[in-house]
Amino acid sequence: MNKLFKIFTVNSLLTPLVSIVLGLIVGAIIMLIGGYDPILAYSSLFSTVFGNLYDFGETIREITPLIMTGLAVAFAFRAGLFNIGAEGQYIVGMTAATAVGIKLTGLPIVLHAIVAIIAGGLAGGIWAGITGYLKAKRGVNEVIISIMLNWTGLYLSNYIVRNFLLLKGQQRSEDIQDTASISIGWLSDMFSDARMHWGTVIAILAAVFFYVFMWKSKQGYELRAVGHNGDAAKYAGMNVKSNIVKAMFISGIFAGLGGAFQVLGVFHYQAIFTGSPGVGFDGIAVALIGMNHPFGILLSAALFGTLTYGSAGMSFGADVPPEIIRIVIGSIIFFIAAQGIVRWVLKPFYLKRKKEKVL
Amino acid sequence: MDWITTIGQLLNTTLVFSTALIFAAMGGIFSERSGVTNIGIEGLMTFGAFAAGVASYYAEDAGMGAASPYIGMLAAIVIGLVASLIHAVASITFKADQVISGVVINFLATGSTLYMVKLMFEGAGETPLLMESLQKWKIPFLSKIPIIGEGIFSNYPTTYLAIIVVIVASYILYKTSFGLRLRAVGEHPSAADTVGVKVRRMRYIGVMISGALAALGGATVTLTTTSTFSHNTISGQGFIAIAAMIFGKWNPLGAFGAAVFFGFSQAIGNYFQLFDWAHDIPQEFIYMLPYVLTVIVLVAAVGRSSAPAALGEPYDPGKR
Repeated sequence: MNKLFKIFTVNSLLTPLVSIVLGLIVGAIIMLIGGYDPILAYSSLFSTVFGNLYDFGETIREITPLIMTGLAVAFAFRAGLFNIGAEGQYIVGMTAATAVGIKLTGLPIVLHAIVAIIAGGLAGGIWAGITGYLKAKRGVNEVIISIMLNWTGLYLSNYIVRNFLLLKGQQRSEDIQDTASISIGWLSDMFSDARMHWGTVIAILAAVFFYVFMWKSKQGYELRAVGHNGDAAKYAGMNVKSNIVKAMFISGIFAGLGGAFQVLGVFHYQAIFTGSPGVGFDGIAVALIGMNHPFGILLSAALFGTLTYGSAGMSFGADVPPEIIRIVIGSIIFFIAAQGIVRWVLKPFYLKRKKEKVL
Repeated sequence: MDWITTIGQLLNTTLVFSTALIFAAMGGIFSERSGVTNIGIEGLMTFGAFAAGVASYYAEDAGMGAASPYIGMLAAIVIGLVASLIHAVASITFKADQVISGVVINFLATGSTLYMVKLMFEGAGETPLLMESLQKWKIPFLSKIPIIGEGIFSNYPTTYLAIIVVIVASYILYKTSFGLRLRAVGEHPSAADTVGVKVRRMRYIGVMISGALAALGGATVTLTTTSTFSHNTISGQGFIAIAAMIFGKWNPLGAFGAAVFFGFSQAIGNYFQLFDWAHDIPQEFIYMLPYVLTVIVLVAAVGRSSAPAALGEPYDPGKR
């Protein structure tokens, strides 16, 4: 248990916390330059999110897919791979879950949902697995393949929805059957009809799985070894190639599940996309702010979701363009990445403490 | 149907689609050859597209007429230089993870450009439509040649500029001492440092050139294609340009070829409707074509990519 607490110790939390504060300050300065009132803006942001149960529930809804794509990106990162393709994996996950949710009939209520979730996860896993396979077998750069597969996934998914699942005359699929829904009716009632669903619970379990798998299993050890130093891992007798495919496959499952939750728990249908939804790309930011650690990601997804959902209230309450939030998030990542700046800010405090540990 | 004209037009459309990608891919090369990964190309293009939309609009307003698109291009270069400095400071001076700091650029770009658009134009989601976007230039005599006259020599000035940039970039990288130093810094920074090359300075220059060129690519989209800047003016072109750069093995001519290939597979979609048999192909498959083709070509022909050896690693003189 000691290790578990270690994650929450002061040193590892300090940089992100200071970065968040600095990011919010940058946002405030930019609002001041633009002639807005930052205090009013931030207070209306937080009163939106925490002001009533509906919006609080919807914020949790916003956070859930970010946890999944964040975990997806971080999982690949830990194995030394950059999964910029979470976007595409998320999309194909949505479509697979929609297809199973609509087309598969006669299954009982819980089973149907489980099958649909598995379908979404597998679709995402396979989509990422293609990237992993091509990287391992042909040595093709995973970034470029992922980018290509994002667009391919988007159009493939639109094709499937338009030709096989379409609600006549609409730019979206039919509704999934009630048996495939993972919405939690009584919880939604509690949260004044906010769209609550089991996906949130599974997302938290997924983070726990990530932790246990990565740090408590032999397989996870191999993935980290491959990520840390491929040559050393190979010398130690590990199969680098199969580990690359596995890492991408599992990473894709996370993203695909995120997409499946969104369909089965929130919308109950899939729209034809006019552009990329962006949840996968946001997952990169979530993973980075969460320091690529599953529990960090839970926190950073919560922060990201709160800021994003609250930004709508901010523009309503203080008339600030909601895009300011992307500047804030960008600055937070900037300060986390450029830790030198944060250390410089913290220097006066550090001097009083013991010498820094040598890394 | 007149085949000669059609092929000429197809070539022309190909180059129109390719131009922005060529600029951005050349930008990517300068940054990555110096050893700094630049996933922020997308954001730098966004900055450029924004600057072009805004500056050209105000130039028109000030009565500068046909010169205003060029003011837009200049503004794009300036904003690209400034924005890329963020990436440079974070990743070179503060040794931040280069991928992360590139992601930062992308976030800041989408956030701050739309924020400023809303601020400048009373809450509007896009810049006002430009009256004076770039016009195609017909090069005297050369534009009379069949096929390539229509295809190459009747194009936007930005396209000619992009081709010149490719040649110049290739020359600089392989024929000048500056280019040699830039590549050395990307391959083996400590060796370069030993012989007196200023590693950090070279990397700053590489990143800033990439900012200017990527922004110019973004400006091209605004000034030739959309005539306005909105949230989806740049949607993925930067990532495609990165793909073109990797596809072209970090070589200007290779990346140029890859960018034209992307432009071609985008352009050919518009020409499919000329064939009867193509009417049955769902439009989504035509949209998908460039991306699927890229994967196939990469897997079949290119294989292992050869990135600069020190790509992605901050230079730390104290490290062995």
